[in-house]
Amino acid sequence: MTVADVELRELVPRVLGVLVRRGADFATAEDAVQEALVRALSAWEREAPADPAAWLVTVAWRAFLDMARSDAARRDREVRHDTRPPSGVVPDADDTLRLYFLCAHPELTPSSAVALTLRAVGGLTTRQIAQAYLVPEATMAQRISRAKRTVAAAGLDRPGDVATVMRVLYLVFNEGYSGDVDLAAEAIRLTRQLAALVDEPEVHGLLALMLLHHARRRSRTRPDGGIVPLAEQDRTRWDTGLIAEGIDVLQAALARDRLGEYQAQAAIAALHADAPTVEETDWVQIVEWYDELLRFADTPVVRLNRAVAIGEADGAPAGLAALAEVAEGVPRRDAVAAHLHERNGDLELAAKLYAQAALDAPSLAERDHQTRQAARVNQLLRDRG
Amino acid sequence: MAKYLLLKHYRGAPQPPNAAPMDQWTPDEVEAHMKYMHDFAQRLEGTGELVDAQALSPDGMWVRSDGEGRPPVVDGPFAETKDLIAGWMVIDVDSDERAIELAGELSAAPGAGGEPIHEWLEVRPFLTAPPTVTQ
Repeated sequence: MTVADVELRELVPRVLGVLVRRGADFATAEDAVQEALVRALSAWEREAPADPAAWLVTVAWRAFLDMARSDAARRDREVRHDTRPPSGVVPDADDTLRLYFLCAHPELTPSSAVALTLRAVGGLTTRQIAQAYLVPEATMAQRISRAKRTVAAAGLDRPGDVATVMRVLYLVFNEGYSGDVDLAAEAIRLTRQLAALVDEPEVHGLLALMLLHHARRRSRTRPDGGIVPLAEQDRTRWDTGLIAEGIDVLQAALARDRLGEYQAQAAIAALHADAPTVEETDWVQIVEWYDELLRFADTPVVRLNRAVAIGEADGAPAGLAALAEVAEGVPRRDAVAAHLHERNGDLELAAKLYAQAALDAPSLAERDHQTRQAARVNQLLRDRG
Repeated sequence: MAKYLLLKHYRGAPQPPNAAPMDQWTPDEVEAHMKYMHDFAQRLEGTGELVDAQALSPDGMWVRSDGEGRPPVVDGPFAETKDLIAGWMVIDVDSDERAIELAGELSAAPGAGGEPIHEWLEVRPFLTAPPTVTQ
């Protein structure tokens, strides 16, 4: 994606905000902005207008009027609008923020909220979103229009809040990337924009968390898509610029003394990112941050990761004791148990657990990884004779 | 061009001669197998013959309607004896012969002892859309 595309898309929520403020209904306005966006992509190919935002507002407003006119059912509402657009664009931060809340409406399913956010706030086309989520374009188009109907029916007076918006952005980030859109980078861009709009340390915590994870991305997978575990990653390939930014953002957030889930997660990521070698990782502090994290999110996944950290900080037996508190059947529990039993010297049990972890793995890359681990430990057992 | 589904089974296919479970192979053998599978898919992408490849979790169930106003009947997880599909690859090729040739290559992926696993793959032609010109 070119820089120009991103700059163009940064204008989208502002333009949509202007249309809605002028009285356009959200669903039609959103379609109109998409229409303007598609036209801009070809019209601006040679030369962008002097004031791109004003251009988009003008074209989107005309598109909205055309849509409203062609829809007999909307005619009554249409005449209430001034058909001559007011001149100039007054971008309003509150408009953009309201869009975020609207698109993360609690009535929406997570997949609908994600799709609507990427289109209305992110300015991606339906085709791009469909490609990113590997579904047919027609399916994605339906998902988006259903989402808009849901939002319209539920009423604009009860939009989502910052917490639901952050969950949606976190979902987008975790999807990684496929197709020509880098969803992780898009999630970072949208979180950055959100962080500039609301004074909330957790939003900065989320941004820091994303930056710190993104910094390790290149080293996380092999060229064939296989998983490289944290301990084996080539740390020289970590993006030190992103790490420094992530740590800065996090420290500023922590200084506000309003700790939350995302800040605690970012603190753990920062401690990993800060260690020049895996041996120098400050596991004791990581365990402390997991204890903090439990106060905000006491989930089996957090307890599972905490058991790994305890295993590193206090030895495998302590890790196994912490693991005993995690219910059987929690995803990846067998993989963690295998790792801890291997460290504890019980190779036979470790090999069995790695093989079981491979069977239950949620992704092909993870299955391959656990199969490699099982084969490796079985080889150790044979060598031992 | 015609599309074919190459189906790989966890269970239910005839037992291949080289059937040791993968975690019992040496790490090098595991690596060689994964590289072969990866390269195969890459090569088919290069020739323009790969449509889709997906792997399925061994979890799953049978579900059927139990009539109006009643919750669906769920049977499962799959019993040990049942046929169980592990994944598929969809290819778009010029001929039946080419589909068979590619399935043969896929089945020759190296396994324990570096020997080809010779696993059985099910090859199923897609039903096609009616042609525009019938005469």
